[in-house]
Amino acid sequence: MAKAKLMDYDKALELYEPVLGFEVHVELSTKTKMFSAAPNNFGSEPNTNITPTCLGLPGSLPVVNEEAVRYSISLGLALGCDIAESSSFARKNYFYPDLAKNYQISQFDEPIAINGNVEVELPNGRIINVDIERAHMEEDAGKLTHVGGSTGRIQGAEYSLVDYNRAGVPLVEIVTRMIEGAEHDAPELAKAYVATIRDIVLALGISDAKMERGNLRCDANVSLRPRGSDKLGTRTETKNVNSLRSVERAVRYEIQRQAQILADGGTIIQETRHWHEDTGATSAGRPKSDADDYRYFPEPDLLPVVPDPALIEELRAALPEKPAERRRRLKAEWGFTDLEFQDVVNSGLLSEITETVAAGASPQAARKWWTGEIARLANAAEGDAGIDISPAQVAELQQLVDEGTLTDRLARQVLEAVAAGEGSPREIVETQGLAVVSDDGALIAAIDEALSAQPDVLEKIKDGKVQAAGAVIGAVMKAMQGKADAARVRELVLERAEAL
Amino acid sequence: MSDLIHKTAAELADMLAAGTTTSVEITQAHLDRIAAVDGDLNAFLHVNAAVSLEAAKQSDARRAAGAPLSPLDGVPIAIKDVLVTTDMPSTSGSKILEGWMSPYDATVVTKVREAGLVPLGKTNMDEFAMGSSTEHSAFGPTRNPWDLDRIPGGSGGGSAAAVAAFEAPLALGSDTGGSIRQPAHITGTVGVKPTYGGVSRYGAIALASSFDQIGPVTRTVMDSALLHDVIKGHDVHDSTSLKDEWPSFADAVKNADVKGLKIGVIEQLDGEGFQPGVLSRFHEALELLKANGAEIVNVSLPSLAHAVAAYYLILPAEASSNLAKFDSVRFGLRVQPEGGGTVEQVMSATREAGFGAEVKRRIILGTYALSAGYYDAYYGSAQKVRTLVQRDFADAFSKVDVLASPTAPTTAWKLGDQLDDPVAMWRGDIATIPANMAGIPGISVPAGLADEDGLPVGIQFLAPAREDARLYNVGGALEALLEQQWGHTLLSQAPELKGGQR
Repeated sequence: MAKAKLMDYDKALELYEPVLGFEVHVELSTKTKMFSAAPNNFGSEPNTNITPTCLGLPGSLPVVNEEAVRYSISLGLALGCDIAESSSFARKNYFYPDLAKNYQISQFDEPIAINGNVEVELPNGRIINVDIERAHMEEDAGKLTHVGGSTGRIQGAEYSLVDYNRAGVPLVEIVTRMIEGAEHDAPELAKAYVATIRDIVLALGISDAKMERGNLRCDANVSLRPRGSDKLGTRTETKNVNSLRSVERAVRYEIQRQAQILADGGTIIQETRHWHEDTGATSAGRPKSDADDYRYFPEPDLLPVVPDPALIEELRAALPEKPAERRRRLKAEWGFTDLEFQDVVNSGLLSEITETVAAGASPQAARKWWTGEIARLANAAEGDAGIDISPAQVAELQQLVDEGTLTDRLARQVLEAVAAGEGSPREIVETQGLAVVSDDGALIAAIDEALSAQPDVLEKIKDGKVQAAGAVIGAVMKAMQGKADAARVRELVLERAEAL
Repeated sequence: MSDLIHKTAAELADMLAAGTTTSVEITQAHLDRIAAVDGDLNAFLHVNAAVSLEAAKQSDARRAAGAPLSPLDGVPIAIKDVLVTTDMPSTSGSKILEGWMSPYDATVVTKVREAGLVPLGKTNMDEFAMGSSTEHSAFGPTRNPWDLDRIPGGSGGGSAAAVAAFEAPLALGSDTGGSIRQPAHITGTVGVKPTYGGVSRYGAIALASSFDQIGPVTRTVMDSALLHDVIKGHDVHDSTSLKDEWPSFADAVKNADVKGLKIGVIEQLDGEGFQPGVLSRFHEALELLKANGAEIVNVSLPSLAHAVAAYYLILPAEASSNLAKFDSVRFGLRVQPEGGGTVEQVMSATREAGFGAEVKRRIILGTYALSAGYYDAYYGSAQKVRTLVQRDFADAFSKVDVLASPTAPTTAWKLGDQLDDPVAMWRGDIATIPANMAGIPGISVPAGLADEDGLPVGIQFLAPAREDARLYNVGGALEALLEQQWGHTLLSQAPELKGGQR
């Protein structure tokens, strides 16, 4: 996919103001599907999690999954939305082979949640409030695999396979209002917004929220408004963005692409665009206009959803802390500086540090391990399976340091072994004999030997040139294979030099 | 020919209980009757004698063991092909589903099986229940047992003809705008459209989901009540089915009494556009009810002037969406255009070849009525009329217990007579459509034969939603009074079918 001509990002921002909008689809992790009793499982054999309703067989009817309604209400509440006293389903009619009934049951003019607001914190500490227009329930489509074409798209394929396991999986679509004023931070906002939604649904426990599996999908709407104009530009809707990093990149790309077209006197076509992870570019999909006619009408097979007000209050009371509130609370509790805390947030390590602190480590120690040595190991392992270190292991490691069993250097060595799957820190210390030698007798023997091997150094120390001790300390540490506390060795060296 | 075929379901149930016959004998008698006369009628699309007899044998075994499943255990029943069945093809009268076997039974089919009834086969119908004559079946028209050159009504002409011709004592039908009641009127039988939600729609191939309702097709009011008692009730697979506890409808027939009953005659359905013979029988029936203690008053439902127009916008709109699933991808007919083609081309070729003219007409109408820019004018306005119809009924039922009208404007017409004028055929649904628009129950009971053509005429009663029992009360009472007056049943006047006439 050839990249379009792109304008320099800073220049694009000089000339145009980016206007954003997001539609995020969240697949709910309910036990069964939105409108049938078929299991809602990822990764099963194709076409095994199906009922007559999933296949749209003649005579089949939908029945609303109450668990999905509860999840949707919780999500609506977490997004600060009003929950509709009565919401209803509609049919969105279009022919496509992954859509068993050739209509999708969705919510149209009466969504379950409206008028919310989400506080999104950017890496630079800036907070942007994103207004939520609505969150509505709908069903997912099946999954098509196009065989025999070069592009993997339906065009040019010899034949296509349909897996209806995903057909009818419950979705909530969260639609923002138009977001203005993000300015230079637009790409970062895009990423941070989706990350915030992910954090919310994870905290609620209503979705696996794995973007790579499509549990969380973001369509990013981008348009540019020329500086000094109050007229909105034509927007594009970028799909197929399946990682947080891609969301950021795709928005940046669209800003640069659209800016170049506009500056060249061209016009933006209102269309869906596909993000290509490999090339880092978007390509034109089908034209999309406001005149797309889905012939929506009220779904006659379903009654309106009228949740019991008591249920709404029960779900409201059970809401987890909002991500922004949680961050404020943790920063205060941990006593981190702005810079330290931002570093933790940007690295996505809030949960790891929380758990490490809960396992007994001090916040600073936890932070140092996760943002330092563990991050370094993870980077080094990138491309492979990653590294597997638990907060409990980190806390245990720190405890070994605190009680003097390990020096920092030894601890790093133990951590590498933990990452390599060789066991818990304590096990590794025992099996590999990595503990600090705290037996003064052994240390004194080694010191005496080093001193007698370097009589000139001994003389210098005796003359008060204390810094000369370094050479002896180094020799002792070497002799102890690093398993000694350097500070203790230094004390002992000075003592022995006096005595000899 | 065994006399067993002329017995009502209630009589057969009594005989089975008394041990004077067996389900196998009864079933065989009906299979013989089908073999003898259905070549003329084409009421059945599918019959499998071996399967029916096996079910009958099992019923007899249960009874011999003293454990019948219900009073109707062992009584045969015909099933409209709109209902899906696992052991017989389900086509809804369409080429696009020819030979299709459902992996599941419709809930009503499960219920009749669980009550021990013996399915005889699947009955003919207008394709996807679109029509009032059964001429729109992809598998040829059904003929009226009263006159083989005439239509049996529709869409459930197959079920009505089967019952009228003594091929089955009971049948299941579906009523979206009169498809149970109008064929009952046309063939001199009884048909009931229950309250919307009174019977599960799960497994009924949808025409217009907000109108469709499954109900009994029988020769007597009691038989309809007995069958209704079997199929009624909430179904977890159908969100629109009501959770109500229903009274015994058979008891309502047993205790039928119209003394003090206030019957409203719908002014808009009494006069212009109705055949004189239809109106004569209607008024005579009302007189008879009055003579037996009922109070007859006139009521006006002004919104009925717009009911047909509104119905024929909402129905095609829902149907256009309901029928979108017939696309060749997962089931049914698949037509490959020459030289292969894209999925869109295959879908298009399949729907072109698989749907008949009336179905295409309604899909196009419905698609148009829902289109952006037209929605408010068509679908939106039609829904407003629907609300007005519901209000008119609510108003009327605040004054009377039941409403009455002729079931349809005319008696059976000749095959082919209305095929060139679809709107004329739609207008014929004027009396039955309002009940579907309001979700209220209706019954058609034989009222006699029209003077001008000697063909059956039905009278329709309507009751408020959930008050189906009132229909069984007034219907059962009228049936008894009329048969007392006539000294025979209406169907005994039908010409004898000999078979091999066509």
